[in-house]
Amino acid sequence: MAEFQPVLLARVGKPDSHLLETYRRDGGYEGFKKALGMAPAEVVATVKDSGLRGRGGAGFPTGLKWTFLPKDHPGPIYLAINADESEPATFNNRILMEEDPHQVLEGIAISCYAIKSKAAYIYLRYEYGRSYRVLQKAIDECYAAGIFGKNIFGSGFDLDVVLHRGAAAYICGEETGLIESLEGKRAWPRIKPPFPAIEGLFRKPTIVNNIETMACVKNILDLGGDWFKSLGVPPDPSNPRDAGSYGPKLYCISGHVNKPGCVELPMGITARQLIDEHGGGVWKGRKAKAVVPGGISMGFLSASELDTPLDFNGPGKVGCLGLGTAAITVIDDETSMVDVLFNCARFFAHESCGQCTPCREGTAWMHKILTRIRMGEGQMRDLDLLTEVAASMGIIPGTTICGLSDGAAWPIKNAIKKFRPEFEEYISTGRKTVKPAESLMAAH
Amino acid sequence: MAVLSEELRDQIRAQFPKYPNKRAVVLPALHLVQDAQRHVSIEAVREIAELLELHPSEVHDTMSFYQFFKDEKHQLGKHRVWVCRSISCMLRGGEELLQHMCERLHVHPGQTSADGKITMEFAECLGACEGAPCVLVDDEAHMNITPEKADELLKNL
Repeated sequence: MAEFQPVLLARVGKPDSHLLETYRRDGGYEGFKKALGMAPAEVVATVKDSGLRGRGGAGFPTGLKWTFLPKDHPGPIYLAINADESEPATFNNRILMEEDPHQVLEGIAISCYAIKSKAAYIYLRYEYGRSYRVLQKAIDECYAAGIFGKNIFGSGFDLDVVLHRGAAAYICGEETGLIESLEGKRAWPRIKPPFPAIEGLFRKPTIVNNIETMACVKNILDLGGDWFKSLGVPPDPSNPRDAGSYGPKLYCISGHVNKPGCVELPMGITARQLIDEHGGGVWKGRKAKAVVPGGISMGFLSASELDTPLDFNGPGKVGCLGLGTAAITVIDDETSMVDVLFNCARFFAHESCGQCTPCREGTAWMHKILTRIRMGEGQMRDLDLLTEVAASMGIIPGTTICGLSDGAAWPIKNAIKKFRPEFEEYISTGRKTVKPAESLMAAH
Repeated sequence: MAVLSEELRDQIRAQFPKYPNKRAVVLPALHLVQDAQRHVSIEAVREIAELLELHPSEVHDTMSFYQFFKDEKHQLGKHRVWVCRSISCMLRGGEELLQHMCERLHVHPGQTSADGKITMEFAECLGACEGAPCVLVDDEAHMNITPEKADELLKNL
């Protein structure tokens, strides 16, 4: 097979790749011009036919989401861009925003035209200071060049793009938490329905899309839906509800590898290929004990599951919650899974927004139980207790408003199922791998 | 006496045209005030509320949700240094780095050095995992930080 040439990352690393001048020299904003010559419904159809599924984690078909907007709505309709990339180990959106902001902005412009929105809000996590400065400069360049503003390219289409900074809260990545936060409130997710497409930002119809999804939209307009569909994995014939895993995907590789980074590949590559062919192998000549397939919310792949294809179906078949953000974290065979799971539990105890009791209390208890196991004071029954608490929280058991809770429960369920002997050995020997400072054990 | 200067008020008012209502300016306003004053006092909350035509409790409700914003009892130092403690950094020494930097400044996470220069904090994933362990100085990420590089960073602030 010929080596795949990156498209989303094609301009990354080139000199001044973040400037409008170089972007236009590389054919930038031609796709937007092309879209302006089409009817909005045609643009929606193009994206729908390409098979693009959202890159933020849930994998919902993008074009289909757009069609959920009310027909002939008088407006305003909003596009809210989720740039609150906070899932641990995920950084692909940051690279797109810092290195090729205009690619993202062009995708936003095309999407706004398609859904008849005159205003896009980019909700950017606070920690991405460099992304903020680069994106804001790119937006200013677009206004100055008449790419944003009134009557763009004489088409009669108006568009305003606003960059809005968050305040370091993971829950703002949940689409309705993001909307509440943008409205100036605490980021408590909303009960659905109504879904944002019907009643979203400022109580108006709203589409929430991810940054990488926007970059895909831009390239679908340039290269065609057929190009997008020629990459990746077609639907699984045994699963009638599968919409396929088409297109290129940005995979992040971090943790115990020689060469951490972000690579673009057609969907469906395996964790083993990512580690060996793109991550430089496991560091220090060690072996992988476990791999997080797409952010810690998704659970763990064990060493025997590394040939799982990382498409929208693969991780689910081996008990993970899903593909998530396709950001793999490699854990070597000298690392204790107790330490890893403690780290996951502490994260969710810190980030639960506190709105739903099963999540607020559940994440706190899972953190407490893992603290005592890690400190060498665990009991064997704690493992079943952890599993029981994990099973009681989330959208899947129907006890919470949003999916943060499912994401908090999943690594617990997965780790205890797949690595139970290691936890049992840890508890039965009363051993402590580490004696961390008190301040590192607390969630808050 | 008002705690928000006229300049700061103008900066907040300049945000109004971006949004269909003033409430959406709560976060931008809190950022502006905290950047300038290193905390958001209860009086500042009252004045923000007045500008945005909200009740002070509405502004305070939002502010208190985001642990990012600090009140007068928890004033920030001149710089805020965050060390990532989430999975990718933890696997490559992030927790030890946090401990090292805290010991260097004789503080616990969340506290400010005696000279008022640096507030040390832990962070959940900073999204710079290819450069783990990483440190955020104010809002600029620094990657592949060793204890030696951390000392250098702190010294230069």
